Amino acid sequence: MRQNRAIDVSTGLFVLLGVAAIVFLVTQISNREFTSQGKGYRVVAQFDNVGGLKVGAPVKMAGVTVGRVEQIGYDMKLFKAVVSLGIDRRYDQIPNDSDASIFTAGLLGGQYIGIEPGGSEDYLKDGDQIEFVQNAIVLENLISKYLFGQGIKETPPGQAPESGEAATTTGSPAPAGKQ
Amino acid sequence: MKLLRELLQGMADFLGRAGAMTRFFGRLLWMTPAGLLRPRLVADQVYNAGALSLAIIMISGLFVGMVMGLQGHDLLARIGSEESLGTGAALTLLKELGPVVTALLFAGRAGTALASEIGLMRATDQLSAMDIMAVDPMKRVVLPRFLGGVISMPLLTAIFVMVSLFGVQLIGVQYFGIDRGQFWSEMRSYVELSDVREGLLKGLVFGIACSLIAVFEGYNAEPTAEGVGRATTRTVVVSAVATLVLDYIVTAILL
Amino acid sequence: MGSQLGLAGSRGAVAGGDNVAVLRGVHYAVDHKPVFRGLDVEIRRGEVTAIMGPSGTGKTTLLRLITGQIHADAGTVEVDGQDVGRLGRRELYALRRRMGMLFQNGALLTDIDVFENVAFPLREHARLPERLVRSLVLTKLHAVGLRGAARLMPQQLSGGMARRVALARAIVMDPDILIYDEPFAGLDPISMGVVMRLIRSLNDALGISSIVVSHDVREIALLADQSYILSEGQVVASGSPRELQDHPSPIVRQFMEGLADGPVPFHYPAPDYYGQLLAPGEAAR
Repeated sequence: MRQNRAIDVSTGLFVLLGVAAIVFLVTQISNREFTSQGKGYRVVAQFDNVGGLKVGAPVKMAGVTVGRVEQIGYDMKLFKAVVSLGIDRRYDQIPNDSDASIFTAGLLGGQYIGIEPGGSEDYLKDGDQIEFVQNAIVLENLISKYLFGQGIKETPPGQAPESGEAATTTGSPAPAGKQ
Repeated sequence: MKLLRELLQGMADFLGRAGAMTRFFGRLLWMTPAGLLRPRLVADQVYNAGALSLAIIMISGLFVGMVMGLQGHDLLARIGSEESLGTGAALTLLKELGPVVTALLFAGRAGTALASEIGLMRATDQLSAMDIMAVDPMKRVVLPRFLGGVISMPLLTAIFVMVSLFGVQLIGVQYFGIDRGQFWSEMRSYVELSDVREGLLKGLVFGIACSLIAVFEGYNAEPTAEGVGRATTRTVVVSAVATLVLDYIVTAILL
Repeated sequence: MGSQLGLAGSRGAVAGGDNVAVLRGVHYAVDHKPVFRGLDVEIRRGEVTAIMGPSGTGKTTLLRLITGQIHADAGTVEVDGQDVGRLGRRELYALRRRMGMLFQNGALLTDIDVFENVAFPLREHARLPERLVRSLVLTKLHAVGLRGAARLMPQQLSGGMARRVALARAIVMDPDILIYDEPFAGLDPISMGVVMRLIRSLNDALGISSIVVSHDVREIALLADQSYILSEGQVVASGSPRELQDHPSPIVRQFMEGLADGPVPFHYPAPDYYGQLLAPGEAAR
């Protein structure tokens, strides 16, 4: 018991090594997202269709992750999906006329939200709503649009599609080429 | 017919044992706050269960990592994704292989040591003597060993995973020529903090289970030479099965 | 012989009819096999009381009833006026602090040395300055003649030495009652003599009460003030060594004189001898 110095030292080294290993694993091999742990602010956006967007999906600007999708709900009165985005506190100068779109990572990857900055001098604050949104592309709709309708017109969100177009489409397709 | 009776008897024994172990666990939990007031005893047992297992954990970790490197590379080469070696290895090790293999090794090395120490003290009346000297052997002998095991296991798991990853890197980067930067950055982009948490949580759960089984078997061993031997064997077997069953349960809950 | 060894039994100053432990009407069974059927034993204060009997009569069980490690199925076990069977854990431990027990094989803790073994109860129960612990431990070791062995490990001790260390440990807290479980088993005559002398002198010098379980009739005769002989779960005889010497009961006679056959039979129950030998080609069953 009061015997071995060597034992004490060995135990100490062991515990140190163990803790170091844990720190290593946490910092070196996982993508550290210490962002939205109460150190951010929330904005909402309403979509007609969120597609395959999941809670926890990244929110990116210019390809850089600035936040995470915190919550996805459905508003029974508006018949829209309401998505809460948690933005890191560091990025507090997002113009309040920016638009939020749902993109797909790669060809068949997970979906995320991309924010394209607008030109306003006023910035988004906690609780604000992003007015301009682009819904998710639903593959089936894209295909049926291609198969059944040629004249694909750009329709602003919320407006009913013009007559003559295939009635099976919902929401407005994102113009090709946007990344 | 006799087979059926033996089967039922076996099940009854099993339930009895499981019940006894649960109550034993309850007692240990109840005593834990008091046990932590004697850090010296616990520290000695962290040495006993943890530091002394370090060699086997690290050597095994290294080789498991290297084998993963070889096999993983071969497998991924078939579908043309060699660069994902780091990711695949990290996720497999972190979430499954690391905790499970560490637990099995722990049961074999530390579990048997704990069980046989306590069993031997039972067989030579040392526990009885302590009881008569008005020292509770549960608090003095069993609890520190249990806590030592519980503290050591997550640490050993982390060390195992870390060493394995270096083993994977050794094969993947040094031998197969995967770019080192890509190896780690690929890993980084797909491994989440929750994966690390999952691995460490499993380490903790397995640690509790294996330590509990070891001290229980030792404490309840028949006070003879054969009894201690049987208890030691049972420790390894029960720990192994418990680890695998818990692995499924924890994985299912977390996913 | 007794005076030669200087072991005159002393009905010391402390005794006087006061009982330090009493068992009354104790019944105890293990797995439906009765061990005790109505046992009555009185351990007198300040004396050396011996518990004797053939193997398997539950002498060790009796000790465990006294220390409270097991509870009687019926009857009472009183130590120092307290009903051991009714005590809660805390009170039981408080009572045990006043008892010392010497196990058959010493039961020293194998991972610490002799000094630490003797110091164990002190370290666990009292917060004493290290110097005081050292003095106490060395004093007790000196009393059993092993002060020089303080730094040896238990594995390095002979059987007799281990038992003496265990004795030092049993007395380090200055108990009121000392219990010896087969203290002479497996000892050579010299060690046996040493242990006998220690038991007696400790009992008288420290004014304690001693309970000795043994079947070494000769040694007990020299040592004990009062002896009980147990058989078939009951007391079959009790009294001073002299009284037992002249006791008429056959079982006492068989025990005291070491006769091979008598009330405790030589033959384990078996079918008729000639019948079994002459039976045509039958496996011995």
